[in-house]
Amino acid sequence: MAVQQMQKISICALKQDRKSILEILQNMKVLEVTSILDDDKEFHKMDTSSERLDFEKAASLLDQALRVVEKYAPEKKSMFASLEGKVLIGKKVYQETVEKKEELLQISKRLLALEKERAEQKASIIKTENNIESLTPWLGLNIPMNMQGTKYTEMLLGTMQNTTLEQIYQNLAEDIPEIEGVDISIISSDTDMVYLAIICMKEDSEKVEEALRSRGFARPTQIWDKEPASIKTDLEDEVSKQRARIIEIEKEVRGYESRRSELRILADYYRIRAERYEVLGQIPQTEHTFLISGYVPAKEVEKIREYLINRFQCAIDVEDLKEEEEAPVLLENNSFSSSMEGIVEAYGLPKKGEFDPTTIMSFFYVFFFGMMLSDAAYGAIIAVACFILLKKYPRMSHSMKQSIKLFFYCGLSTVVWGILFGGYFGNIVDVVSGKYFGKTIAVPALWFLPLSDPMKLLVFSMLFGMIHLYVGLGIKGYKCLKDGLVLEFFCDVVLWFALLTGLILMLIPSDIFASIAQTQIVFPKALHIIAKALAIIGALGILLMSGRSSKNPGLRLALGAYDLYNITGWLSDVLSYSRLLALGLATGVIASVINQMGSMMPNNVLGVIGFIIIFIIGHTLNLAINLLGAYVHTNRLQFVEFFGKFYEGGGRAFRPFAPETKYVDIKEET
Amino acid sequence: MSIMENLGIVYALLGASIAVLLAGAGSAIGVGIAGQAASGVVTEDPNKFAQVLIMQLLPGTQGLYGLLVGFITLSKIGILGGNLAAVDVSTGLMILAACLPIGIVGLISGKSQGKTAAAAIGIVAKKPDQFGKAMLFPAMVETYAILALLISFLAVNGIQI
Repeated sequence: MAVQQMQKISICALKQDRKSILEILQNMKVLEVTSILDDDKEFHKMDTSSERLDFEKAASLLDQALRVVEKYAPEKKSMFASLEGKVLIGKKVYQETVEKKEELLQISKRLLALEKERAEQKASIIKTENNIESLTPWLGLNIPMNMQGTKYTEMLLGTMQNTTLEQIYQNLAEDIPEIEGVDISIISSDTDMVYLAIICMKEDSEKVEEALRSRGFARPTQIWDKEPASIKTDLEDEVSKQRARIIEIEKEVRGYESRRSELRILADYYRIRAERYEVLGQIPQTEHTFLISGYVPAKEVEKIREYLINRFQCAIDVEDLKEEEEAPVLLENNSFSSSMEGIVEAYGLPKKGEFDPTTIMSFFYVFFFGMMLSDAAYGAIIAVACFILLKKYPRMSHSMKQSIKLFFYCGLSTVVWGILFGGYFGNIVDVVSGKYFGKTIAVPALWFLPLSDPMKLLVFSMLFGMIHLYVGLGIKGYKCLKDGLVLEFFCDVVLWFALLTGLILMLIPSDIFASIAQTQIVFPKALHIIAKALAIIGALGILLMSGRSSKNPGLRLALGAYDLYNITGWLSDVLSYSRLLALGLATGVIASVINQMGSMMPNNVLGVIGFIIIFIIGHTLNLAINLLGAYVHTNRLQFVEFFGKFYEGGGRAFRPFAPETKYVDIKEET
Repeated sequence: MSIMENLGIVYALLGASIAVLLAGAGSAIGVGIAGQAASGVVTEDPNKFAQVLIMQLLPGTQGLYGLLVGFITLSKIGILGGNLAAVDVSTGLMILAACLPIGIVGLISGKSQGKTAAAAIGIVAKKPDQFGKAMLFPAMVETYAILALLISFLAVNGIQI
């Protein structure tokens, strides 16, 4: 339950062992590399950027190739594929695959080339199809379109809009009455376009065309040198050839499906190499030696030392961190609490010298979560679903595993709270038994029904909140004592405890509390006096001591008064825990709304089916939205109310030098 | 006489309607605002769908709280069971007053939470690893809807018929 102690390690070894040592360190995943010195006379850094770039390029080439394969031969994936995690492969398979890298790179290039060709074929099909379309109106023409005419006549082809044969003749007669012997035939026409073939004397052709053009005549955009019908056959042949080629390409791509796993392994191989070269570029080297240094969790130091000393000639130096050094943070908790590490990380890892709040938080987290959802059936569904996922996908990623474990524990807690509050899908047992069996069976709540006694639950919510906040303040006190700040401990923690406890003790016997809790609590006289004394001591102490950093007595009192004003902050913090009641009620009441809707169905077979449908859809939605609510608001209570009392965060996460793979994990044989 | 008798239940029903109507409208506006931002993010990066969907849903709870108070009110005055309770005018008005907090606060906080959620979606778009923090800002707004819900619920629950 703590932040792991870090140490700084420096390893100096011979250059000839460089590759193996880096590989070992990478696989151990316990070293975060830092660059310690800039270039000087003896030590030089190697420029590895071009090698790294090559590896990254290769990895991206393989990724693209894999995407091509995926496009034509999609892998069958279950809904939970993202939970499966990376495939674990043995060292032997890995090495065998890497040996085939030339071949695999060739395959990738081939795949990309095929993909490119396919795109080109696709584009050319579209082009050809456009050609066919523009050719269609001319199909009636049984001579080549580029035919010039005969010895004395000339043929003009073209289109005109919205016209008829008669009108064209008429127009020609009006425009060029001197010319005779023009033969016009309509090849085809569609809604607004007429396709014409015009034959006239050679010497008249210019005039005829000019006259027609003034009426909207236009030559076709494309002229072929054969009869349209035979061109069309040619073009269609071409399209079918192109289509066949596309099918062939897709088939060939699919043929590489069996190589998918090898491509993946190789892509990750290049990723690992790129990572290693990045580190290589950071470490200083001399002619025959190199120096690598970085942070290592203290408990791993011996492991590294032993492993390396036994195998290589090297010097290893371990030192504790300097006072002011900000080390990367790695948390260590038991199996239960570690599932909440992600939550702490979302707020911010503990900064230097700060306490890891995960363990203490984890109990409150699960407790509050269950209370907000508080339905035994919902809790059971969550817990069982998470349990199955955890068992079925043991290789899911670490953070995913943590989240699912978190929800598993929260689900269990929800079951407990559901039993305490008598919630099983809201009031499903009452509704079903009353409707279908004629006798309402109420499942008794182990503790009490929140709906029938909400004030009681409100008081308990605030009580739990108070405990939560007291623990937070207590941790602050612990931290002060640990750092030897006794005065701070007394002024900022003990005085507040005195003030708050005194106020609470004064509140409990009052009429206001009696009307909320619906019971009058009578304290003995002595306790009254103690309560008042505590409150007064606390208030005075805070008034006098909070501004102790200020020399000016007036300012000191003003700062003290301002700090005393924080009591309103405590009030709002405690009231904030009323959400424990509100969200619990929301789950229960909306669940019973759904049950009520279902029970309005008629009492026959169709009615039962309707009931079941409403039940499934309604409760799924209710579960989803309340799960979200419980998660968000539990986080809020931890982050704002609890952490606000003692925790700052802002540490940097430990990022070890490790194989950053995308598809596979390589099994280590150690 | 009968008009006066029925007026009580009308007021009570009006209260239930206001709770559901205003709070629901607030959530609808809020979810709508957040949804626009969410769509923008998904256009750029479909992988963030789940994250932004959660963000979009955050302002949706006010509607549920309104439903909760409305339902409690309806079952209290017996509309659900079909046996109307005898509600006099002053009790009816009391129920109406009790429903106001969640209705009005639900409307306003739903809209504000929607805007905050839209901004939080912006955080997710740029820094997906800050999801946990981003989620907290809209949750802050919701606190006040929860407080209003509590008062409405306790008040409706406490009114004797």
